[in-house]
Amino acid sequence: MSRFDAAFARGPALVTFVTAGDGPTSAILDALVEGGTDVIELGMPFTDPMADGPAIQAGNLRSLGAGTKTADIFHIAADFRARHPEVPVVLMGYANPMTTRGPAWFANECQKAGVDGAICVDLPPEEDPDLGPQLRAAGVSLIRLATPTSDAARLPTILKDTSGFLYYVAVAGITGKQQAALGSIEEAVARLKAATDIPIVVGFGVRTPEQAGAIAKVADGVVVGSALVELVAEHGANAAGPIRDYTRALADAVHSARNG
Amino acid sequence: MNDLPNSFRTLPDERGHFGQFGGRYVAETLMPLVLELEAEYRRAKLDPAFQAEFDDLLEHYVGRPSPLYFAPRLTEELGGAQVWFKRDELNHTGAHKINNCVGQILLAIRMGKTRIIAETGAGQHGVATATVAARFGLPCVIYMGAKDVERQAPNVFRMKLLGAEVIPVTSGANTLKDAMNEALRDWVANVHDTFYIIGTAAGPHPYPELVRDFQSVIGREAREQMLKRTGRLPDLLVAAIGGGSNAIGLFHPFLDDPGVKMLGVEAAGHGLDKEHAASLAGGRPGILHGNKTYLLQDEDGQIAEAHSISAGLDYPGIGPEHSWLKEIGRVDYTSVTDVEALSAFQLLCRTEGIIPALEPAHAIAAVAKIAPTMSKDAIICANLCGRGDKDIFTVAEALGAQI
Repeated sequence: MSRFDAAFARGPALVTFVTAGDGPTSAILDALVEGGTDVIELGMPFTDPMADGPAIQAGNLRSLGAGTKTADIFHIAADFRARHPEVPVVLMGYANPMTTRGPAWFANECQKAGVDGAICVDLPPEEDPDLGPQLRAAGVSLIRLATPTSDAARLPTILKDTSGFLYYVAVAGITGKQQAALGSIEEAVARLKAATDIPIVVGFGVRTPEQAGAIAKVADGVVVGSALVELVAEHGANAAGPIRDYTRALADAVHSARNG
Repeated sequence: MNDLPNSFRTLPDERGHFGQFGGRYVAETLMPLVLELEAEYRRAKLDPAFQAEFDDLLEHYVGRPSPLYFAPRLTEELGGAQVWFKRDELNHTGAHKINNCVGQILLAIRMGKTRIIAETGAGQHGVATATVAARFGLPCVIYMGAKDVERQAPNVFRMKLLGAEVIPVTSGANTLKDAMNEALRDWVANVHDTFYIIGTAAGPHPYPELVRDFQSVIGREAREQMLKRTGRLPDLLVAAIGGGSNAIGLFHPFLDDPGVKMLGVEAAGHGLDKEHAASLAGGRPGILHGNKTYLLQDEDGQIAEAHSISAGLDYPGIGPEHSWLKEIGRVDYTSVTDVEALSAFQLLCRTEGIIPALEPAHAIAAVAKIAPTMSKDAIICANLCGRGDKDIFTVAEALGAQI
């Protein structure tokens, strides 16, 4: 059983996003686990994060400003894997940093560091040859995104060769902005579930335990990112404590939705 | 030469690739729209009514064809090849940008879009977009780096006069690439009603192709005018390159004329060993803003900040077709520094009574270097893609003059 399978077998999963190199990342990752996260998305900072809203843009710039290199991110991931053998880690970022040394290099580094999957925001299925084959060969899931604009005709293209989970972007827009209506999320998840057996995880615009709990009733997982990155911005070197507490509130809401 | 294609004018392929370059590297939210745009563009290309409306607007609204002008005093001063200019600075709004904007707004209307967005660097594309938005009565939002808002104040005011909302972008380096990021963020949130008029021959497929096609009117006219005036084709075409739309517009109709050499001129800023904007000379292939192309970047793929005195060339990438044309060797590329461009700017003012924009001043600087090495029978045709009114404050500052 893969780490993803195990994480989603327990019921609705809390997926948490933080940017690598923004604040004391290893302590923050431990705090996410202590708080009860099921899956971690570790953001790879990029100079031009064009799908991200102000909070994560700022996190990217703080990380790069602190001198974060790609090699540092793989060190963080490998160290995390040594401390936490069970928690799945997904690298999330943009195509240029992921492919710049060649896709085989990136896939190999992921494998060595115990990274379970990658989300490449600006690599749609049409450009899969730039990264997908190498990741799959290394046993790393390329996690695709579905959006409110993904109609029935497009879904098979998105679902082909994807694994781990499917990330449903609940709002047509950037990260950290307005939340989609719960009704539209429920409808979209039902549509996706009819087309695939892999877990459906909902993200974009989810900030509070209440929102996360409500979505967890209809989806296999829910992603919270910008709200956590804002805590890092606020608390800096002391972010681990507040991150742990907020994650616990989110996890309680998501996990209690199992029985709801 | 065996592995060169029979024609240099058949790309992109059906996936939007020029060799290894181009493509559609966009967020999934945008993919359906990008595919729809491609389908609509295919239909428009085959629709005589679309072509007729485009041609009519170019003739009566833009003022095409633009003249092909022989520059006698510049030629004499340089003492070599004859220098001719394609006068796209005489277009309505003062640059070649309007050609593309007319085409794209007609596409937007065909697709039922009711809101226009664009990014701009020098402000020429922003002005051209605001112009066609006003002409067709659509609301228009222009994203512009805060640094460019400052150094291109006259164009900001022009856009506002034309009814556009100008949003200064304060992320990243506050220049063109950051304005493009912000326009993409707007687009992804407003895909249902918004058309993004990209200003250069870059971005996700089909933009590099359709911008090239709309700008190719420059090269088609120049080819016909040159044949009519001199009975032959030019020996060398020269054009400045930021994203590369004026250059590809001039070059493309000549690509299969083996006797016509071509030279693209990038901005070397303070020098190639310092801050510059020459992606081909100083970059390597990567992925940004929807396409794979040469980019200024570090070893981790983080995008570098470009520098040029010309806001229109101040971009760390280049259109993907240029990357391909460089790799296959059909077009030569060189670069020109801020100082050389300023000198060429003054040279054209003094010899021909034409104040060029700082963008084509780069092309003129390259002409000034190469013309003396060519015979007096040789013909150079350079694209004078914009006029310099917008740049007089920048030039005054660089020359230490008070206005």
